[in-house]
Amino acid sequence: MELFIQQILNGLTLGSIYGLVALGLTLVYGILHVPNFAHGALYMVGAYVCYFAMVELGLNYWVAMVAAAAVVALLSVLCERLVFHPLRHAPPIHDKIAAIGILLFLEAVVQMHWGADFRRIPTPYNEILRLGELTLPVQRLLIIGGAFALMGALHLYLKKTMTGLTIIAMAQNREGAFLVGIDANRVAMMTFAIAGALAAIAASLFAPINLVYPAMGHLVLLKAFVIIILGGMGSIPGAIIGGLIIGFAEALGGFYISSTYKDVIAFVLLVVILSIKPTGLFTKGVR
Amino acid sequence: MNRAIDFFLSSTMRWLLLALAIVFPLVVTSEYLVYVMALAFVWAIAVYGMNIITGYCGQLNLAHGGFFAIGAYAVAILTVDHGWPFWPAFAMAGVFGAVFGLLVGVVSLRLKEHYFAIFTLSVGYIIYLLIDKWEELTHGSLGIISISPPEGFGLVDFTQTVPFYYLVLAFLAFAIWITRRISESLLGRTFRAIRISDDLAQSLGINLMRNKVLAFVISTVYAAFAGGLYAGVVRFIGPEQANFIHTFDMIAYLLVGGFGTLMGPLAGTLIVTWLTQAVQGLEEYRMIVFGPLLVLLVIFFPKGIVGTFLSWRGRRLARQAPRGDRASRTGGSEPTADQSQGARNNA
Repeated sequence: MELFIQQILNGLTLGSIYGLVALGLTLVYGILHVPNFAHGALYMVGAYVCYFAMVELGLNYWVAMVAAAAVVALLSVLCERLVFHPLRHAPPIHDKIAAIGILLFLEAVVQMHWGADFRRIPTPYNEILRLGELTLPVQRLLIIGGAFALMGALHLYLKKTMTGLTIIAMAQNREGAFLVGIDANRVAMMTFAIAGALAAIAASLFAPINLVYPAMGHLVLLKAFVIIILGGMGSIPGAIIGGLIIGFAEALGGFYISSTYKDVIAFVLLVVILSIKPTGLFTKGVR
Repeated sequence: MNRAIDFFLSSTMRWLLLALAIVFPLVVTSEYLVYVMALAFVWAIAVYGMNIITGYCGQLNLAHGGFFAIGAYAVAILTVDHGWPFWPAFAMAGVFGAVFGLLVGVVSLRLKEHYFAIFTLSVGYIIYLLIDKWEELTHGSLGIISISPPEGFGLVDFTQTVPFYYLVLAFLAFAIWITRRISESLLGRTFRAIRISDDLAQSLGINLMRNKVLAFVISTVYAAFAGGLYAGVVRFIGPEQANFIHTFDMIAYLLVGGFGTLMGPLAGTLIVTWLTQAVQGLEEYRMIVFGPLLVLLVIFFPKGIVGTFLSWRGRRLARQAPRGDRASRTGGSEPTADQSQGARNNA
């Protein structure tokens, strides 16, 4: 039983990280209808900025996290301005190729500067809480707490502020949003900034219990795609629920079925779901 | 001037290119350069496959590198672990390409656009993970070494670079010929109709699913045969072969040459390969140049070299021709990405 609860905790940790990454992806998809293949690279850059600020500059963990969020948000906005904005009327295949171009570029730059070796970010929270038989590492609790606090903040921002509402309006109906005078450029930049910041924070939270390397974004990105297909592309609650489903599936599957193939579980789930229901689980009709 | 332009598109030009390729090893003294060219041809065959599903049919298949790896691993496993000779193993590579292509195609092609791209990206990753983890079958991350080269039956020795170059060249010429046959047939027109618009094609009575799956299987067979040849020439493969960076390489080749054109895949592959070769030490960091190049091409030059040439020629002919003559003069030219893009916008 303790082992089971331990796996639930692991699933919750993974699910929170995947959820944060998937949220950014789904927000961008909702606004531009672009599957942003570069999102995984933004996640990876976030981890490296955090590593740089903490290990090479010696800054505090939280300062490093904010720095990572700021840098990646800026980078994300730059991508929107320089790449996705000029391509907004192009055939959809072009956006995808351009996003892949950004992904390859960012990875190569990071690899040139830091090399391909695995690096670690030291966590300032090494303590382990004990609750009866359960061991609760503080960093994991921090991930879960941080991720859900961020999701709550995002929810409030989207529902209670004017800029947040413009994002929702544009995701719901592009032409309608233009008709009531919403500035499409501003909304697009805002969305990319939020998506980038979420990815960077997710990376900074997860990096201390994981490794930092140039290809770290691949699996996370693919799983985030699985999640938003599961939850319906463009749906915000779908991304969070989907994230938790994949997190639990991986933690439990990795423990009870096979730890070698735990990374395949998400994709098998995707293949099965899309074979049965080609538009995803929670979508109301196509797009 | 017009005759010079037409010459570029004539079959004489293609024979001339073939003749150039045949004399290449005789002129170039460095064996290394011949080897690089042979490898570029192998990749070009795979890119021709990608051109069928992505260029002609308009479905961005991101698992293409995975099928290349399936072909390469089929040859490697059958020759090394089961003691097969190369040629039967090579034939089996094509069979595996077709069978896996059919299985993946039937499931994935029910999905459209983004869903299809994401799904195939996942399929590519599953192939990579399986190759990397399934040690009993694939030797895991160690890879497979000393794969047997193609048998020459006492006539030629394919472990030598130059004979192998000619072998690959023969396959490439065959691949281009098949692509040309497909492109000019009703099947090729059907594929283009699907790229321009699913709905329009369907309303013409085209069976979308059957044609898309057919295009997909043709493309995976190309990829698997290219992979088989790769295993024969390099004689070592590892899981890295299925890494999706190779799929992206192929997209770059196709984009530089021109989506949905006959000579685009060859032009793109050769130009990019030789540019990479020209800058020594760029191999590892080629993506620093390729990444932005991909973005710039897609923004400013989405038709690629061959596509841009074809649409320039089309515009030129349209300008020169007297009004009544237009249809007949431009009717024979190959439809370019430009026209399909126009149609997509109108649709």
